[in-house]
Amino acid sequence: MTCVIRVVLPHHLRNLAGVSHEVRLAVDDDAGPATQAAVMDALETAYPPLRGTIRDPATMRRRPFIRFYAGGDDLSHDPPEAPLPDPVLAGAEPFCVVGAMAGG
Amino acid sequence: MTGVRVLVGTAKGGFIIESDGKRSDWKVEGPLFGGWEVYHMAGSPADPSRLYASQSTGWFGQVIQRSDDGGRSWAPVGNQFLYDGDTGTHLWYDGTPRPWQFARVWHLEPSADDPDSVYAGVEDAALFQTTDGGANWSELPGLRTHRSGPSWQPGAGGMAVHTILIDPARPEQMHVAISAAGVFRSDDSGATWRPANKGLRSGGIPDEDAEVGHCVHRIARHPARPDVLFMQKHWDVMRSDDGGDSWYEISGDLPTDFGFPIAVHAHEPDTVYVVPITSDSEHYPPDARLRVYRSRTGGGEWEPLTAGLPQQNCYVNVLRDAMAVDGLDPCGVYFGTTGGQVYASADAGDTWQPIVRDLPRVLSVEVQARP
Repeated sequence: MTCVIRVVLPHHLRNLAGVSHEVRLAVDDDAGPATQAAVMDALETAYPPLRGTIRDPATMRRRPFIRFYAGGDDLSHDPPEAPLPDPVLAGAEPFCVVGAMAGG
Repeated sequence: MTGVRVLVGTAKGGFIIESDGKRSDWKVEGPLFGGWEVYHMAGSPADPSRLYASQSTGWFGQVIQRSDDGGRSWAPVGNQFLYDGDTGTHLWYDGTPRPWQFARVWHLEPSADDPDSVYAGVEDAALFQTTDGGANWSELPGLRTHRSGPSWQPGAGGMAVHTILIDPARPEQMHVAISAAGVFRSDDSGATWRPANKGLRSGGIPDEDAEVGHCVHRIARHPARPDVLFMQKHWDVMRSDDGGDSWYEISGDLPTDFGFPIAVHAHEPDTVYVVPITSDSEHYPPDARLRVYRSRTGGGEWEPLTAGLPQQNCYVNVLRDAMAVDGLDPCGVYFGTTGGQVYASADAGDTWQPIVRDLPRVLSVEVQARP
């Protein structure tokens, strides 16, 4: 089975992916609820230009100036294998990839 | 393509500026990849319609863009720059060992005869290569794993391979320059490397004539005379007549020999250009006058070129990759400033005009030309 996860990307990554609004990703949940890592895998598969832009390709860890928000919570420091919140799994809330406020 | 295409990388995007062979009227297009740092854009000598661009930010990392139609359309290609094997360590600013960590591509050097083959000089210092048009990049690890690598330290702007020279007649012979390690030479297509810094003296390091550790800002040469190399070092303008085996100073009568770029005239191997700035702690022109200096004698004797350049209240710098020459006759010379101006001379530097003003900080300038 799959669930559909809504993902909101920041301006630069929407341009790079060639999308104008949020994207919807089918994520396999046979082995359990979808995780951050599964969403990132699905996102990079659907939009190859995003590979390396959210996760460092050498470590596969979130880049320092990227944040993950959903439902008013900061999920940035959750383990990549942690299940996503129920409203995200249900499609009621998007999973937001955010460029941190920094720099000029 | 007819005429001239100037590829300008800036801190907030790329720009393409075109003119016919007269090089008097210019059309500016951009920004490409707006909001991203474009450290370098380069065209293939074998196919002028094939362009590559290095696009990066501190937020989203490295992207490589490729155009097959002279810059009208672009598509991202591969951006995986993974060091080969054990990354090892180099020295950090505080003198502690620090693992090599990829940050960005500083310089792209397309092959002379294959549009799909490109070298990339990266930070932390290493050399990568693609042979499939940018889809896949692999490291040539012999440079990073040189026995001196653990002693390399970054300069103020990072530790990067910023210059790649390939002898067009003997492509197996390559030179790279690294801030702040110095020049390295390979005679086997990048498999193995040896330092090429004999004769350099740098006051800012404990052993002034050390084998490595020099802050070389840029090296350049005329393709028809590959054994003669010119260098703008942190301080000192230098020359080698033996392919980098030894260097001697040619600063001569320059008002200051600190600067970043150096370029060689397209048709006169002994005509060299530099842009002196005041000092290592004052990165702007002496007396607030922007002057390119030209030597027609291979160094030592220099003349200021000022016509069309601001001669008062000018406090810009010209970065190491921001000067280029075209192959037309007379030779065109181009440079971009940290103030966002790009200046061009269609008469080998005698007179200049700004071909664009008020761009973001200019990081690089390259030129493609066809008579």
